[in-house]
Amino acid sequence: MSEEMDMDEGGTVKKFMFVNRKAPYGTIYALEGLEVVLISAAFDQDVSLAFLDDGVYELVKGQNTKAVEMKNFSSTYRALEGYDIEKLYVERESLEVRGLNEDDLLVDVQVLSAAEMGEMMAAQDVVISF
Amino acid sequence: MKFAIMINEGPYTHQAADSAYLFARAVLAKGHEVTRVFFYHDGVNNATRLTVPPADDRHIVNRWSELAKAHDLDLVVCIAAAQRRGLMDENEAKRQGKDANNIAPGFRISGLGQLVEAGIQSDRLVVFGD
Amino acid sequence: MLHIINKSPFENNSLASCLRVAGAAKDHAILFIEDGVYGATQGTAVEKSVRDAMANMAVYALNPDLEARGVQGRVMNGVKLVDYDGFVDLVAEHDNVQSWL
Repeated sequence: MSEEMDMDEGGTVKKFMFVNRKAPYGTIYALEGLEVVLISAAFDQDVSLAFLDDGVYELVKGQNTKAVEMKNFSSTYRALEGYDIEKLYVERESLEVRGLNEDDLLVDVQVLSAAEMGEMMAAQDVVISF
Repeated sequence: MKFAIMINEGPYTHQAADSAYLFARAVLAKGHEVTRVFFYHDGVNNATRLTVPPADDRHIVNRWSELAKAHDLDLVVCIAAAQRRGLMDENEAKRQGKDANNIAPGFRISGLGQLVEAGIQSDRLVVFGD
Repeated sequence: MLHIINKSPFENNSLASCLRVAGAAKDHAILFIEDGVYGATQGTAVEKSVRDAMANMAVYALNPDLEARGVQGRVMNGVKLVDYDGFVDLVAEHDNVQSWL
């Protein structure tokens, strides 16, 4: 199986999930994570993003980084659609405990229960977290 | 079985780099293959040959170089993460007009695509981070 | 799926989130490594949540990390201990793996 994959890499489609559990700006993980997501689009894989815990803060509307002199990368999440990356999953409880709902987010997402998120993760071939 | 390893933290501050090394060594000892070790985020700092730990401590950088030599490992440092953190090889130093380079033997600098490719080509990808 | 937890449950919510997402499902397992191993010790405030999860999933802890922290004698019943070889086996035995960073 592995040998065949090496020889025919173009034909291998794996399910990649990028798991985001960290808030933006306080650390670089969200930004550099997004850079991997964008690159993955070039490989024609089945890519999805999961947002749990503080990762949901990456998607909050109205980010303005001028005064902290950092790059505001929040608009990139809206651009993902243009890269054919359309599977954005957000865990419901992570939103709720932070006083957020879908309307607070800057991009269309699919809100999943914790159990649904667990099933989604279990169905992946490769899970990359930052 | 083919294993890919991703390391997201630098040496000494977090245990991630140690865990990844001990895991990689065990993978090899069990007769599996390590297809690639990919260094991302502060993990790129595992690749600087200017590291000088106290004599009675483990040398995390040299340990990787030696393991790579013994097993012909592919140690890949993400170029974008490396540029941010001042880690460069001879070519990159020349290209950026810098007066020095600091990459340790056995490591090479390349793009993020190498991480996605490793995920495609390996049976398992294990992430070590903070 | 193998879930790797490397954070103390008293410092980080990764264990709680992992249990919330995967705790009730079948075919999931948890491996505690690094500071995560404190989640495998007895008499803590999180022991019950780990015990509840053990009804559905296997729970492992990396013995070298327990020993390094002096808590090898405090592991709760039912947690299986592995070394790095066993860590590799667990990754190989499960279809996929997620590190809760």
